[in-house]
Parts: sequence; structure tokens; C-alpha cells
Amino acid sequence: MINLLFYLAATVALMAAILTVTRHNAVHALLYLIVTMLAISLIFFLFGAPFAAALQIIVYAGAIMVLFVFVTMMLHQGELSTRQEAQLYRPSQSLGAIVLSLILLLEVVYLLSVPERWLSSQQMTPISAKQIGITLYSSYILLVEIAALLLLTALIGAFHIARRHQEGAS
Amino acid sequence: MINPQSVVLFSLALFCIGIYGVLVRRNLLFILISIEIMLNAVAVLFIAAGSYHDHVDGQLMYLFILTLAASEVAVGLGLIIQMYRRSLSLDVDQLSHLHD
Repeated sequence: MINLLFYLAATVALMAAILTVTRHNAVHALLYLIVTMLAISLIFFLFGAPFAAALQIIVYAGAIMVLFVFVTMMLHQGELSTRQEAQLYRPSQSLGAIVLSLILLLEVVYLLSVPERWLSSQQMTPISAKQIGITLYSSYILLVEIAALLLLTALIGAFHIARRHQEGAS
Repeated sequence: MINPQSVVLFSLALFCIGIYGVLVRRNLLFILISIEIMLNAVAVLFIAAGSYHDHVDGQLMYLFILTLAASEVAVGLGLIIQMYRRSLSLDVDQLSHLHD
């Protein structure tokens, strides 16, 4: 049963991701991307990671997608830009990329089909948020500080880059 | 029990869709969206590995991927806004005039 759920979620995620990268309208693509995030969140849940599943919905489908949608609406991606994008993106010109991706895919499919038991087949037990917190603030405290530094750098960088420059400033 | 091979295949397929988007689309916004898809594919692999080995580290790495994605999106969207202000278009081919 859990297998069926996983395959369904994976199929949905893959279909939504394909639709995301082939849409001409940016808002449609973002909505498909949210579907992908939700399917991935379900997969996290099936793997016994409820904390990661909640974070996926809150941070990805919530915060990051809202940022994307705001910027898309700022950029006036209306009827004209949809037509402009339809000129820019032609599926017939993407044959090289399809072939490259297929070669990569076939390589790893071949590697995986070699009969070797390379992962143990134990049952999946849920990992609680308490365990994650204890490990995060004991042995990975340096990574927490690095992540804080990264977020601060991104904050300052995004503010500086997106700022409107004054006319006679330079 | 979910087959580990199918998880790896799913993650790989998602990653390849992201690579396809980065290579094919010429709109900067869609390139950023494709990078998000690729980061998610890696996150699925981390969570799956952590749960197969019954270890917390997979979910910790997911937390740091989330941090990285948030920073990357903030800076990338700032660059998109700035590019739209300068050229009124998001076509990355126009960025080849940067050397002027």
C-alpha cells in the first residue's frame, strides 16, 4: 500500500515538474511548481520524516512560492510576455537537451540494474523533531552558524542588488 | 517498504527535468524555477537515505538545503528585478551585451 502511495505521489511530482518547465505563462508554471512541492512533501511523509514534510509545505510552498509570485506580478508577465516567451521557447530546438538528459538517465538506469544489494531493507521508523533538534544543536552547531551567516549575506545581497539606484549617484 | 531503486530513479528523473529547464528555457525566471526543482530532487534523496539508514543526518541536510534555497531565491529574484529594470525583458541572451 505504501508503495502504491509512493508511486502515485512520484508520478504526480514528475508530471507537475514537466508541466512546470514547459509552460509559457509564469503564473501557471508557479502553480505547477507548488503541486510538485506538495507531492514531494507527501513523499517525505511516507519516508517517516514528518518534520521535513511540514517544513516543505511551510517554507517551500508557502514562503518561497509567495516570493516568486510577488516578483512575477511585479514584472507584468501578461499576455504580451506570454506571446514573447512562445517565440523564445520552441520544443524542436530543445532536442539536444532531451538527448543529453536521456543519456544521463539511461546511464544511471543501467548502473542501478546491476543486481547488487546495496541498501539494507529495514523498516522505516519516523524521526521526530526532538531528535533533529538535539542533533542540530549538539554536533552540528557550526553548521547552524554558517547557515545564519549565509542567510545574513543573502539578506544584505538581495537588498543591495534589488535597490533602485539614484540618478546622479555614481 | 519502498524500493530504494525507485526512490533514486524518481530523484534522478526530477533532477533531469530541472537540468532540461535550465538548458532549454531562456527566461531567467524559469531558470530559477528549474534550479528549485533540482534542489528538491537532491532533498528527496537526502531524506530517503536518512530514513533507510535510520539516521537524523538526512533531515539535517534537508534543513541546510532549505536555507540555501531561501538565500538563492532571494538573491536570484533581486537579480531578476534589476535585469527587468534595465532591459525590460528576461531573455538571458541579452546578457551577452554585458561587456559593452
